[in-house]
Amino acid sequence: MSFEDAELLKEFVVESQEHLADVENQLLTLESQGDAMDVGLVNKVFRAVHSIKGAAGFMGLETLGGLAHRSEEVLNKLRNKELRPTSLVINTLLRAADQLKALLDQIEASNEMDVTPHIVALEAILAGEEAVSTPEVSANATPENTKYEIGISSEALREFLIESFDNLEQAERDLLALERHPGADDLLNSVFRSIHTIKGSAGFLGYLKAEKLTHAAESVLGSIRSGNFPFDESVGERLFTTIDAVRRILHSIESEGHEGSEVTGELATQIEDFLQEKLSQTTAKGKKKGRSTRKSASTSKPDAAEPTIEASLSVEARRAQPDPEVTVSSAKPTIAQVTAPKMETAQPPEAAPKASSPTRLSPAPTSSSNSSAESSASDSTIRVDVALLDKLMTRVGELVLARNQILQFNSTIDDSALHSAMQRLNLITTELQEGVMKTRMQPIGTVWSKFPRLVRDLATMCEKQVRIEMEGKETELDKTIIEAIKDPLTHLVRNTVDHGIERPEVRAQNGKPTEGCLTLRAYHEGGQVNIEICDDGAGLNLGRIKAKAVEKGLMTLEQVARMADRDVGNLIFLPGFSTAEKVSNVSGRGVGMDVVKTNIEKIGGTVDLQSKPGLGTTIKIKIPLTLAIIPALIITSDSDRYAIPQVNLMELVRLEGEESRTSIEWIQGAPVYRLRGRLLPLVYLRNELGIPKDESKTSEIVNIVVLRADDRQFGLVVDNINDSEEIVVKPLSKQLKNVSVYSGTTIMGDGRVALILDVMGLAQSAHVVTGTKERAVSDSNDRATTNNSNMQTLLVLGVGPNRRFALPIAQVTRLEKLAMDKVERADHQEVVQYRGEILPLIRLTDTLGVEPSNHSGGLMDVVVYSEDDRSVGLVVDQIVDIVETELINTRPTQRVGLTQSAVINGHVTDLLDLPAVIRMVDPSFFQTTLNA
Amino acid sequence: MIASRQLCTFLLDGHLFGVDAQTVQEVIRYQEMTRVPKAPAAVSGLINLRGQIVTAIDLRTRLGMKPRENGKRPMNVVVRSDDGAVSLLVDQIGDVIEVDAENFESPPDTLQGPSRELVQGAYKLNGRLLLLLNCAEAVQLVTE
Repeated sequence: MSFEDAELLKEFVVESQEHLADVENQLLTLESQGDAMDVGLVNKVFRAVHSIKGAAGFMGLETLGGLAHRSEEVLNKLRNKELRPTSLVINTLLRAADQLKALLDQIEASNEMDVTPHIVALEAILAGEEAVSTPEVSANATPENTKYEIGISSEALREFLIESFDNLEQAERDLLALERHPGADDLLNSVFRSIHTIKGSAGFLGYLKAEKLTHAAESVLGSIRSGNFPFDESVGERLFTTIDAVRRILHSIESEGHEGSEVTGELATQIEDFLQEKLSQTTAKGKKKGRSTRKSASTSKPDAAEPTIEASLSVEARRAQPDPEVTVSSAKPTIAQVTAPKMETAQPPEAAPKASSPTRLSPAPTSSSNSSAESSASDSTIRVDVALLDKLMTRVGELVLARNQILQFNSTIDDSALHSAMQRLNLITTELQEGVMKTRMQPIGTVWSKFPRLVRDLATMCEKQVRIEMEGKETELDKTIIEAIKDPLTHLVRNTVDHGIERPEVRAQNGKPTEGCLTLRAYHEGGQVNIEICDDGAGLNLGRIKAKAVEKGLMTLEQVARMADRDVGNLIFLPGFSTAEKVSNVSGRGVGMDVVKTNIEKIGGTVDLQSKPGLGTTIKIKIPLTLAIIPALIITSDSDRYAIPQVNLMELVRLEGEESRTSIEWIQGAPVYRLRGRLLPLVYLRNELGIPKDESKTSEIVNIVVLRADDRQFGLVVDNINDSEEIVVKPLSKQLKNVSVYSGTTIMGDGRVALILDVMGLAQSAHVVTGTKERAVSDSNDRATTNNSNMQTLLVLGVGPNRRFALPIAQVTRLEKLAMDKVERADHQEVVQYRGEILPLIRLTDTLGVEPSNHSGGLMDVVVYSEDDRSVGLVVDQIVDIVETELINTRPTQRVGLTQSAVINGHVTDLLDLPAVIRMVDPSFFQTTLNA
Repeated sequence: MIASRQLCTFLLDGHLFGVDAQTVQEVIRYQEMTRVPKAPAAVSGLINLRGQIVTAIDLRTRLGMKPRENGKRPMNVVVRSDDGAVSLLVDQIGDVIEVDAENFESPPDTLQGPSRELVQGAYKLNGRLLLLLNCAEAVQLVTE
């Protein structure tokens, strides 16, 4: 064949596509110009098509050539004013042009493609049969249309799917609203329009099942619109079923390329039967009543457009009612208003055939003119592949890094020109970053939109009445976050309907309206997005939660008794927790709430629950706006830099000089700082990271980063606080995923990698937050079996190379680090000046005869024990740990100063008899106390 | 039948190891690393490889060998894994060697310890054994 010359073929395709590119707009202009059309413009289109025809013929592309030829003939008639540029003519030409494009896209297979419908349509126009149906109708006539579908470019198909899904969603939303306000005509119209558009496109693309279904639904809606019968629950149910079925068909088209066999034509028949039944009922009751309730029963001016509207409304309605005029006259002016502008241009030529054969409708022109009417809106937006946006985001991330890098140089070079250039770069980068970030923003409404339906179905299933209200639908979030919160939110909504809101009779008993209200609220606050899910239900049954927690061994009775109500509420986020008396297929299996929490924490968010018995529950979710680039505080610990997300940061505290030594106090071994009178637990980053203490320099400065985790504050003591910076978050590699204290990594300005601290994980590992909870979970097994009374909190000390001692934490007043060179001697005893007093020291190595470890200078750990106003310091080599443990495998000892030996954390540990030890050194210590 | 394959070889404590050359993305000299406290012992740190953050795994630690002598800097063999690139720290890099399947033998049962799972077998070269490292397994770390 003449396909041999592939190069030539390619050139032809490109050229032809260029020719066609303008044709569409030119044709549309022609249509708008009507009889006053610009002949020059027709010539342009003619020439474009003509050159395609010529080249196609030369290359042996018969199908393409044939179609171009027929189009050319029609254009010729237009040029000679033998034809008017009616919308039918233009439509047919547009479709032909589309088909030409499709042929060009698959040029190799073009000869095998079927373009008959177009040819037929064009020929019909040529033959002067203006009234023939447009190709999409004849396409419907072809059974299954497999060949025809090939002609649809995949892009057009995708657009159809996206559009139709949108339309379905819209229809669903409106239907839900319609259920509340059955009389709302605008809603009814909106549903009608959505369904109608789907029907039109489906018909055009040859998806017969979808078309038939939507058609049936449309008929029902049409009848309601005409006031034949009112909208009620049974109608809503039917329409929802239809929407679901159409959605299934669309999914099938999306995944398999055809409508699938899951949905059968039966449904459409059922709906038609349903309609008949409804109609006969109403007719029996008398349509007068039905009509008179419609306020607009005024015999509206018989607009030219109206018959066609009615034609598309309901074929059955027409059949059922002996007097079609009634239907026409009862048409609402609002409908005419909405549809008429399109109809007037598109329909007149078709009005006649429709009236004669009402079963064969042509919705396509409506949809096409529909889309052109909306084109002003769609022109300003385009659909972009998310992958492309992601890529862009990564690149911008790199740019931000490079910018940071350059900014660092900038500070070392003194050049004003460079500075100003840098400033510009800085500004532009920031703006670009914001812009790109915005492209990824989506309103949270996209997630919420499916909830009304979900709530409705669930409520029906649970026999409850639930109304859903949404505030702040337009609140925007990064797409990745939207994706991430979809499931957690769905779960929470399900839970609320299933557990939160009571059954109507219970509500009535409690003096509440029978209909429960579920409110979704979203708003921005301090660089974060807050999402609230509120209900006015029964609230959490705290007693039951407590009982359940104990029953499941997650908590002990004592722990539960001590807990604040708020903490009790948050127990439901523990794994394996469910108070539902029965497991419904909605929720109650006990998985879920913990997953909700984990998922939200995974994206840097927090969940909090507040419940008022009898009044309802509010679940508050706080999530960051975006994940990709975040502001962070850079701190140093042992010359390594770490980033702390600014979101968690409350304030910075710097203690200098005297303050740094005195203002950190100890409560039974736990360091605290008084922050404006409130005790702030302190966590030493070095300890948490297992970095040895810096012995070389005794810093006079203590840097405290006050952080918030889970609504609790704690102070993180770090070596240095550097600066605040925008960092690009990169995920942790698989090898590090399980290290809970990090949430990610980033690259610093100098190109080195820094770790991002996970404040939540840090707080948990330091037992700042939910300490009781965490421990409760991990200890639950052994604790459940043992009696709690043997539990002791012990301070474990390391003395000498490998000896371990422990003493009850209650006996410890303070833990101190004292400089070794401060030790003085008095009265044959080592002492230090401590808080203005003389503190005698006891070296455990000496008194207990333990081999001393060769400690070289620096600081020594001292355990301070006080009895009234007298204190004594126990010098140890190391403070190992504070453990809460039950003493097992104990063995009594004979030695003075020790009570018994036990195994603690896998080490044999001697328990100190502290009074005895002190007496060994200073027999008068306790006597003095007694005397005093 | 693929009788022969190319292995990228390297030395670890005097042993010659090899990984499939196909899986090796690149070999680079020692890089500054950011250490990761609390990470599994075998993780030496994180490397910035042209904007991509790569975890460096010390194969000596991974295979339970004694640590590298002080001052000796390891080389990075960057391999592709399911989870992006991972760098394997080795003593010294060797040649790319073409090996024959017929010279291959599974490891003896006496081989114990972490090597048991990580060494897939040995190629008997002239006067030397080339141990085939199971790369995918080597980058799997158990977090304690």
